[in-house]
Amino acid sequence: METFINVSLNLLGGFRYTVLLFAYTLLIALPLGLIISFGSMSSFKPLRWLTRTFVWIIRGTPLMLQLIIVFYAPGLIWGISAFGRMEAAIIAFGINYSCYFSEIYRGGIEAIPKGQYEAGQVLGMKKGQIFLQIILLQVIKRILAPMSNEVITLVKDTSLARIIAITELIYIGQKYITASALLWPLFYTGVFYLVSCGLLTLLFQYTERKLKYFAV
Amino acid sequence: MPILEVSNISKSFGSTEVLKDINFDMEKGRTLALIGSSGSGKTTLLRCLNFLETPDTGVIKVNDEVLFDASDPNTNKDSEKRIKRLHFGLVFQSFNLFPQHNVLKNVTLAKELLAKERPDYKQNKKQILGEIEEQAREVLDSVGLSEKMLNYPHELSGGQQQRVAIARALVLSPDIICFDEPTSALDPELTGEVLKVIKGLAERETTMIIVTHEMQFARDVSDVVLFMDDGRIVEQGPPEEVFGNPKEERTKHFLERYFEG
Repeated sequence: METFINVSLNLLGGFRYTVLLFAYTLLIALPLGLIISFGSMSSFKPLRWLTRTFVWIIRGTPLMLQLIIVFYAPGLIWGISAFGRMEAAIIAFGINYSCYFSEIYRGGIEAIPKGQYEAGQVLGMKKGQIFLQIILLQVIKRILAPMSNEVITLVKDTSLARIIAITELIYIGQKYITASALLWPLFYTGVFYLVSCGLLTLLFQYTERKLKYFAV
Repeated sequence: MPILEVSNISKSFGSTEVLKDINFDMEKGRTLALIGSSGSGKTTLLRCLNFLETPDTGVIKVNDEVLFDASDPNTNKDSEKRIKRLHFGLVFQSFNLFPQHNVLKNVTLAKELLAKERPDYKQNKKQILGEIEEQAREVLDSVGLSEKMLNYPHELSGGQQQRVAIARALVLSPDIICFDEPTSALDPELTGEVLKVIKGLAERETTMIIVTHEMQFARDVSDVVLFMDDGRIVEQGPPEEVFGNPKEERTKHFLERYFEG
């Protein structure tokens, strides 16, 4: 019984990093993704081309590789360690998820009928006003389902950070195999993920219900 | 002095000339009906007046003020256009109401945002917003929707939605209000209520330009009819003349086809 409590507490310590990484990634990727989506829809061709190439590279290579590059490359190239482990993980995750989010945003924004913008224009609204007061909420409503997919994936993707020795949940769970020859703590980590994803699912359902009052 | 003077407007999309040297003017308080077959350029002309398209040549004047002059790039700045286009209102074929705002908010939103640019906004915020809401209620009442103010667009019929759109345009008191086939997206039994509202506006001498396929309505409501074909104004005159005694072959042909069909 004592082991169970000990294991639980230790896993909780790892879970703290999982949650931190998750929260910081969203904090960066939600706004940055929007900016990237504007770049990929820009009418200025070089910018559009550059943004789409960047998205291609990030989405086309493994996140695990990106983690390693962000953490080790500055040291290998310039001989400095630019980031701590956690910073490196947050940067890699933030950029990676921005690129995925940007495509979801782009899909949502492009699905809004042109007439919504024109209606705002003929009423004398500014571009920013049209986006914030008319377009944004419609986009949010439209992208809720694909976003919930990505956000739930993120919860579990955080376990990749163990490759640069972040002591997140799976890292701690795995350690029990080598250090104490216990396998069950690793299985037990699944409960943490399951509960987190369950709560997020409820949160998304709640938001979806909140936005049911209008139709797009 | 005419309220609106349009001269030498032309517009091409790629190699297709959609408007060819359009000239007309109209007096305050009149209703102008713009008729013609699909693809004749009526909608493009309306969109040019509302700055949704930029003409390649020509001048648009309202109350003798040059709003647009193709040869003067200064009149084509985005910042200027935003305020200038308020001389015109536009009611779209597909309503384009804002789905996440209720009826009242659809009508007040633009006016509230414009009020923020007033220097005294911060001081008199409450009073200004109160006035805007009061005006919106009046306008909604005048289109027969005082009962529906707190409903959302998807809860309304097409005819009701289009009446909200009309109220939304009216509340900004434009000099000229334009209608782009306001009943084309409606079920036949719902066109009547919208046409009635427009007729009411005509009786109160609202200056209007109406693109329409409803010939009987155009005949009843308008003071002037413009017939367009292939990007040109082929014939213009009072409705009795254009409908009763058209001079041009193309007008005759169009009307014959319409009333046969």
